[in-house]
Amino acid sequence: MLVIIAALFSGLIFGLGLILSGMINPAKVLAFLDVAGSWDPSLALVMLGAISIGFFAFRWVRQRGQTLLSMPLHLPTSHVIDHRLILGSLLFGIGWGLSGLCPGPGLVLAASGQLAGIIFVIAMLAGMAVFDWLEKYRNTHLDHSQQKNIGK
Amino acid sequence: MIAMIDWQAFTPVSAFSGGMIIGLATALLLFVAGRIAGISGIVGGLLRLQRRDFAWRAAFVSGLLLAPWLWRELGTLPPVHIESNYAILALAGFAVGIGTRYGSGCTSGHGVCGLSRLSPRSIVATVLFMLMGMAIVYVVRHGWE
Repeated sequence: MLVIIAALFSGLIFGLGLILSGMINPAKVLAFLDVAGSWDPSLALVMLGAISIGFFAFRWVRQRGQTLLSMPLHLPTSHVIDHRLILGSLLFGIGWGLSGLCPGPGLVLAASGQLAGIIFVIAMLAGMAVFDWLEKYRNTHLDHSQQKNIGK
Repeated sequence: MIAMIDWQAFTPVSAFSGGMIIGLATALLLFVAGRIAGISGIVGGLLRLQRRDFAWRAAFVSGLLLAPWLWRELGTLPPVHIESNYAILALAGFAVGIGTRYGSGCTSGHGVCGLSRLSPRSIVATVLFMLMGMAIVYVVRHGWE
């Protein structure tokens, strides 16, 4: 129960941080990505601010090896830089550059009632659903010898 | 191609403090739930409707969606300017949906949490989506030339 309450507050605080930082304004994000135009470096400071806290938080929790409630941590373990990571990130970059929106700001913008945010989020959820469907298809249509070569 | 900083638009204080608040939210989820605050991963997991992990994911997203409502209770939301038309927004959303799931993360999961963890995968992902975002904006705004 405590985990659920913490998650709710974490989401709320995260969203407030996104609003304060200016990340929910697509024009501001695009102004950061527009390095050849009149450049707004604000977004770099958003990342720096978040990482300045996150760096110590992750270090501390890793040393501890468990959560405050003595539950196991769920941190990514993979170190493989594969085509999935590369192509997925490039595709995300295309969408981000076209709209100035990434998942978090998109959701907050949609929740604020902006039609642009709602359209973006519906399309994003559709993209995620298509991904799940493709994964399912791939997993059921590959034989075992092929499956061994995928993933790790 | 050297960037000309737009000092009028630059908002260092709200950007850095907003970033620190995002960092605090990340730390809270990490310390109590032991989870990475990656929005695309959390939302993607919700879509799969697995009973395990559903509750905390739903709680996190609910909190995120409540943020603009709480902000409005206390003041007014900052102005938002949308440059893309609805067709482009839909195309972009679709690309973000597939891309973040295929690449296992977005600006929060790879960008904030991954860079904080000094994860090589996340460093590669963040550099790639930033460069691609910049390339797309360049083409859209300044053409192929």
